[in-house]
Parts: sequence; C-alpha cells; structure tokens
Amino acid sequence: MEFINKTIKELSKKDKREVLSDCFSRIKEVEPKLHAFVTVLSGLEEVDRKDNPKSILNGIPVGIKDVLCTRNLRTTASAKMLDGFTPPYNATVVKKLKDAGAIIVGKNNCDAWAHGASTENSDYGVTPNPWDLERVSGGSSGGSAAAVAAGEVPYSIGTDTGGSIRQPASFCGVVGLKPTYGRVSRYGLIAMASSLDCPGPITHTVEDAAIVLNVIAGKDEKDATTSDSQVLDYTKDLNKDIKGLKIGVPKEYFGLGLFDEVGEVFKKSLETFEKMGAEVVNITLPHTEYGVATYYIIQTAEVSSNLGRYDGVKYGFSAKDSKDLIDSYFKTRDEGFGDEAKRRIMLGTYVLSSGYYDAYYLKAAKVRRLIHDDFVKAFEKVDIILTPTAPTPAFKIGEKADPVSMYMADVFTAPVSLAGLPAISVPAGFSADKLPVGIQIVGPHFEENKILNVAHMFEKEAANADWRKNKVAV
Amino acid sequence: MAEKISKEEVEYLAKLARVGLTDAEITKYRKDLADILGYVEKLNEVNTDNVEPMAQGIKAKNVTREDRIEILEGTPAELLSEAPSKEDGFIKVKSIFE
Repeated sequence: MEFINKTIKELSKKDKREVLSDCFSRIKEVEPKLHAFVTVLSGLEEVDRKDNPKSILNGIPVGIKDVLCTRNLRTTASAKMLDGFTPPYNATVVKKLKDAGAIIVGKNNCDAWAHGASTENSDYGVTPNPWDLERVSGGSSGGSAAAVAAGEVPYSIGTDTGGSIRQPASFCGVVGLKPTYGRVSRYGLIAMASSLDCPGPITHTVEDAAIVLNVIAGKDEKDATTSDSQVLDYTKDLNKDIKGLKIGVPKEYFGLGLFDEVGEVFKKSLETFEKMGAEVVNITLPHTEYGVATYYIIQTAEVSSNLGRYDGVKYGFSAKDSKDLIDSYFKTRDEGFGDEAKRRIMLGTYVLSSGYYDAYYLKAAKVRRLIHDDFVKAFEKVDIILTPTAPTPAFKIGEKADPVSMYMADVFTAPVSLAGLPAISVPAGFSADKLPVGIQIVGPHFEENKILNVAHMFEKEAANADWRKNKVAV
Repeated sequence: MAEKISKEEVEYLAKLARVGLTDAEITKYRKDLADILGYVEKLNEVNTDNVEPMAQGIKAKNVTREDRIEILEGTPAELLSEAPSKEDGFIKVKSIFE
C-alpha cells in the first residue's frame, strides 16, 4: 500500500495493522535523513490507548510534538534539561487522542522549549526540510510538519505561540491550524508563553485538520483559559459556497521583508479566490509593524516566568557537584538551558524587572490591545483576512545567525497570536527553487469553521495545479 | 534607553534569574540584549495614552471550582521517581543553612 500522503480519511478505511506497519517502515526509511522525531517507539507494541471503532482516528498513527506530556513516554521539549523526563500524566490533547484510539508512534523534534523558527535550537539536532535537505523545516514545530510532509505520519500535533504551527506548515507544504486561544486545552503542554500557546493539528488536507480539531477542541477543567463557547462539527461547513465572501488583504503585509516569489504566489491565490466569486477588499491593520516587538516582550516575559520552575530538584536535569542549594540552581540552569532559552530568560527578566516593567512590559501589553483592536475593526468589514504565512520560503540551515532576523520569521503570524485569533496555513504554490509557500487565512475568534471552509474551498480549486505534482526529496 | 547594556546589568539579571553565566556568555548577551532592546524600542512610536493593557487575546473571566481531591493517573512512587535526588520516599535537596 502506498502510505505516503494518504489522509486520515483514506487511512480510516484501511486495515489498521497494515497502516501501522507501513507507517513504521516509512519512518525507518526516512528518519536517518530527516530526524523529525526525538523519540520513536520501537514497533508494534501495545500502546496505552483505547480501542474506539466509532472514532475516525481509531488505529491511525500520529506524531506528537515533544512539548506535550505523554504518560510513561519520554518528553524532552527538545531540551537537555528534560532529557530523562518521563511524565506521570497525559496532556489533555494526548488523552483525547488516545481515547479516540489514535496510536502515538513518536515524539516530534522542535526548537528547544519551542523557542525558534527553524528547529536549529533543538538540543537533539536540526530537522531539515523534506523538500530540500539543506534548508530548515521551520519552527518551532518543524519535526511535526516535516514528519507529515515526508509521509512518516498522516498527521501530527504541534503547538503555536507566535507562528510555530503555521510557519513550518508553510515551509513544508502541509496544512497547519492554530485554533483560537482557549479552543484547545494547554494542560500538559510544557508552557512557553501561557497567554499565547495553542496546540493544533498539522495535516495533509484541510478536511483532516477539521477532523482532528473535532477531537481535541473543548473546555477543560484543568485549563481555566479554555472557552465554554460551543464546539462545532468543524467538518460540516467545509463545502459551503464562498461566493460573495469578503476577503480582507492588509496593505501593511506587503512591506516587512516579503520575498517577491512569496508575493507572487499570494497574488495568484487572490486570483483563485476571485475566480471562485469571492471579493477582495483592501484593509489596513495599522499596528502590524509593531507585532514582532510586542510579541518578543510579552513572550519572553512569560518564558522567563515559566522556565523558573526548572530548579533541578523535582524532575529533569540536575547539575552535579554544587556546594549548596542556591549554587545548584545556578549550575543546573547554566548547564541545562541552551543559548536561546538563556537569551529569552534574560530578556524576559529585564522587561519585567523593577524600573523597566512600565517602559517595556506594560507598554507591550497596551500595544497588544491596539493590535487586537485592528483585527476587530477589520472584521466589521470582511469575513476573513488573507496574508502570506511567512515572508520567505524555507531558509538555509545556518543562514540566520542573529536573533532579530530569526524573530522576523514570525512577522505575519505573531500579530494574529497576540490577538488570540484562529488561523490556518494552506499550501498555495512553490518558489522558483521548488520550495513550498503557504497562505494564512485568519478568522474572528472561535470561527474555525469559517477559515476551514475557505481553506478547503481553496484547496479544492487548486487540486489540479501543476505544483501539486511536486515530490519531496526524501 | 537601552543602547548599551553593562556587564553589571547582565550579571544582575543572571542573578535574578538564577542562571550562572560564563564571561563569554556575558559578553554575548550584552550585545544580544542591546540589539533586541534596540529593536523593540520602536514601540515608543505608538501612542498608548488611555489604552488598557491586554493580558490575552480572548475575553476570559475568572473561573472557580470546588476544591476536591482527584486521583491522577500517576502514583506517588512514579512522581517521586522523576526527582534527581531522593531518600526514604522524600525529595532530597542540598543544605540551605550553613
């Protein structure tokens, strides 16, 4: 059976033993080159899950980003600090998948603590891009996106804080959905920036993303920020006609380092939407250029606070040969944290420290509201907002050496995260170098059904495009 | 405001954050922090008079629930087994007092 690029929907009709065996053979074949997993389960062992023949995910393999806790299965956050950590409990997302009968085949590589846009910050090595092994898979959920693109798993669960599902999905030519903040529980997610973190699916098709969201969405008593707004059947509206749909295109997104070739793919996608009867409306999101700066203050402040718990006492790495408790904190955190984690801890500590709190953190929290209000105003005029997902296609491994240039990879995704909105990246074409380029569809809060509908109709319309015939390099 | 970050400032931050740093790291973070803070200072261009700070993107209200005991999947022995140092069913730490 041809396993690569098979969707959840297709696999759900197949013999599950065969599906799983094909999945492991593909992992075995590709993994030496791709390194999309930190931990791969050894084979067809009985895993801790329920058999649930009623669920479409029953018996279907899935990769889980290594920042989501899996009971009795090593969870590292791709960080040395948690090298030997085996969680005694499941993240809510993981529990929901297991209850649906999903089979976890491994834990996907990412930037350590999900800090990064390339997986180059992983303490376990980089995950290259399946379309060009000299380039990055994106990040932080690079392993999750690469594993799907290379056909190691039909879907995976990533997490998105400032673009960490959408940007690698764009770089790897797959679908990546960041739900509304609070739509999917963060319980058991190794926290990066708690006011921004969102788990979500990475899949081959928009329909599969809707199928997975149906399983993982919902209120969770263990995460007080989950919403009690109604969970919909996200597959129901997929085929709704989009004639007359008003698509907002923010003019600010055409500066900000947008590569010409990405701009070309984006313009073609606008033509496709117009052909389908949608109306393109020019809009303005005036505070767009402040998105990355706002994001890097709020996010590092929350990172420095969340990483405060790693003290070498309760679990995880602990430095040897310290003379007393305080010395053990300093040594554990020096040896256990990598370069980027330390940089973010230092920056976050700075913006929260007395004397700088008002000038940096409070200022950023105010600009955050302005960014949020920009979107709210725009949604009074349009149904969805369409942008490129990332300003560039996948860049070369080692290309972005300074932190600020790496942070700019989030320029189109971070404002959406600050506003807590749902967004999906769908493949829309290729660059001249045969690298995938995605577009981002953003919707109002809790209207995942709408962005999934628009994304699905676009995917259908582009189903026979020439670029759909391109094949990965692994 | 943040054109230059002194060695002492980096050392002070590292102390607050309980992160030991080598001299080479201190030199590197002086530059990195100055670069990043220089970039984020563009926020000063934005007029935020009378703007309420926002903590998260969605409208959320305080959630309370009854305080009750719940038996989780993990056993006490499993929880304790993750601690790097333990003795007789307790987590062991270095001395606090001299």
